[in-house]
Amino acid sequence: MRENIRGKAWVFANDVDTDVIIPARYLVTDNPEELGAHCMEGIDPDFSSTFTRGDIIVAGENFGCGSSREHAPVALMGAGCACVIAASFARIFYRNSINVGLPIFEAPDAARSISRGDEIEIRSSEGRIINTTTGESWNFPPFPDFLQDLIESGGLIPWVRSELEGRG
Amino acid sequence: MPRTLASAIIASRTRQKAVEGEICRVRVDFAFANDITAPPAVRSFRKMGAKKVFDPARCAILPDHFTPNKDIASAEQAKTAREFALEQGMLYWEQGRVGIEHAFLPEKGLILPGEVVTGADSHTCTGGTLGAFATGMGSTDLAAVWALGETWLRVPETIRIVFEGRRPPWISGKDLILEVLRRIGVQGARYRALEFGGPAVKDLPLDDRFTVANMAVETGAKTGLFVPDETSLAYASARAARPFAPVYPDSGAGYVETHEIDVGGLQPLVALPHIPSNVRPAAECGKDPIHQVFIGSCTNGRLRDLEQAALLLKGRQVHPSVRCIVIPASPEIFRAALERDFITAFTDAGAVVCTPTCGPCLGGHMGVLAGGERCVSTSNRNFKGRMGHPGSEVILAGPLVAAASALKGRITDPREILSEEEFQPLEVASDA
Repeated sequence: MRENIRGKAWVFANDVDTDVIIPARYLVTDNPEELGAHCMEGIDPDFSSTFTRGDIIVAGENFGCGSSREHAPVALMGAGCACVIAASFARIFYRNSINVGLPIFEAPDAARSISRGDEIEIRSSEGRIINTTTGESWNFPPFPDFLQDLIESGGLIPWVRSELEGRG
Repeated sequence: MPRTLASAIIASRTRQKAVEGEICRVRVDFAFANDITAPPAVRSFRKMGAKKVFDPARCAILPDHFTPNKDIASAEQAKTAREFALEQGMLYWEQGRVGIEHAFLPEKGLILPGEVVTGADSHTCTGGTLGAFATGMGSTDLAAVWALGETWLRVPETIRIVFEGRRPPWISGKDLILEVLRRIGVQGARYRALEFGGPAVKDLPLDDRFTVANMAVETGAKTGLFVPDETSLAYASARAARPFAPVYPDSGAGYVETHEIDVGGLQPLVALPHIPSNVRPAAECGKDPIHQVFIGSCTNGRLRDLEQAALLLKGRQVHPSVRCIVIPASPEIFRAALERDFITAFTDAGAVVCTPTCGPCLGGHMGVLAGGERCVSTSNRNFKGRMGHPGSEVILAGPLVAAASALKGRITDPREILSEEEFQPLEVASDA
């Protein structure tokens, strides 16, 4: 099970697309640190210089829409993003995040209430998000069983490895 | 329970019940990546401990995005992709013989009715044109398919889009899907499938259907499906690289939403920056100058698109302050456009014609925008910075609006250039 996460919130609107998370001109590498240096620069040119490792991103609906580039969650991890809380996620980004190990939480009420700079704590095992700045808290639903198994086995890569071993 | 086309296809390839909302392990018929998404997939494949792809005739790599290699880093990526394809004996075509994946793979008969197709590219949903459950995913997901020959899919609910009425010749597939985006927005079909139907589909050329299905992902959809009909089955049968069995929806299947669109009432449309649902009639977009027009991409780089552009550009001149870039989506399309003298029409008009590549659509090369520049583009995304500088703007349009805009130097309804009768040649259209 994932450990608890604590971090300062950066708040974004609806429909943050993967071209903004990491523009295609940087897709000549899949190195997390190199990608992280350009993360979100389309929305906020100072993002990578002011975002601190361990901060978290809070966004509205449809976070990660657009391209299938796995480089998007990799860039967020490279920038030091501890997790993303959103009202909803675009489906490919959702899969990619699980696959590369970026923690994501679909929590519409939390996403709408949190303000920039709030200190947020996520207690994964309790399914709870706490705004320690305001004292508010919200529950988030567990992942479907299949995805929970996938996450607990360490992500898609170890899951496939054990499938292949099972097939001999 | 009666099934939608999406759930019927998934049911044919899983041992589970495939009820909507259920996560199923699904057998995959074909899986591909490109020069950007293949290298991370190769690294994930190795980390999985996989040795061989599940079936080299059903796995492919297409170097189409930053090719011909735009710089050293992209050349290195293309090399990683190529070496893996050769090592595995997978399907691979070198630059010069390859096209943009979503145009090229149907041409080669590698995406077929009734199949489940996964691609490490979001516009894989284009394959839904032929009645395949074709969906985009990331590189690690794709590597898992290469290793196992299967993936997991949540069986989506389906939104039905019914195209009614009689389509005028100045209305194309791009106008149809932009109208869908105007109505349901960029997350209207999130986690869902779109199924396109209705009386106006029967006469909708296959190339226009490819455009419609291509932008299903812009509504958030997993895939955008057309039910196989005479037109799509004739195309697939003539080209099929392997046997296939079309799948159909059951009558009485339940749809979460149905939207009816009268195509007879549509005007030529555009999507203004910076979101594909920001749709307006081309005639109502003011007179601000544009700097570039791009006609191409997996959305609108097919023969019928080029024919539409040629109808306007032939014998006319691109506006002196506009760069007009035309990129046929595949070598087959390029050759057909040569034979029909479309390429001569473009170059005589002062347009640039480039080799098949995704190129400028994603700000890669062959037409990157500077700050403050505005481009009318037949591609699929107008996100901030999509085609270059974060301060540039992309206006999405079909090939008729794009070509008309290239001539006038501003966003232009093609009926400003041609009378309604002059569009009639398009009804004996070049198609697929």
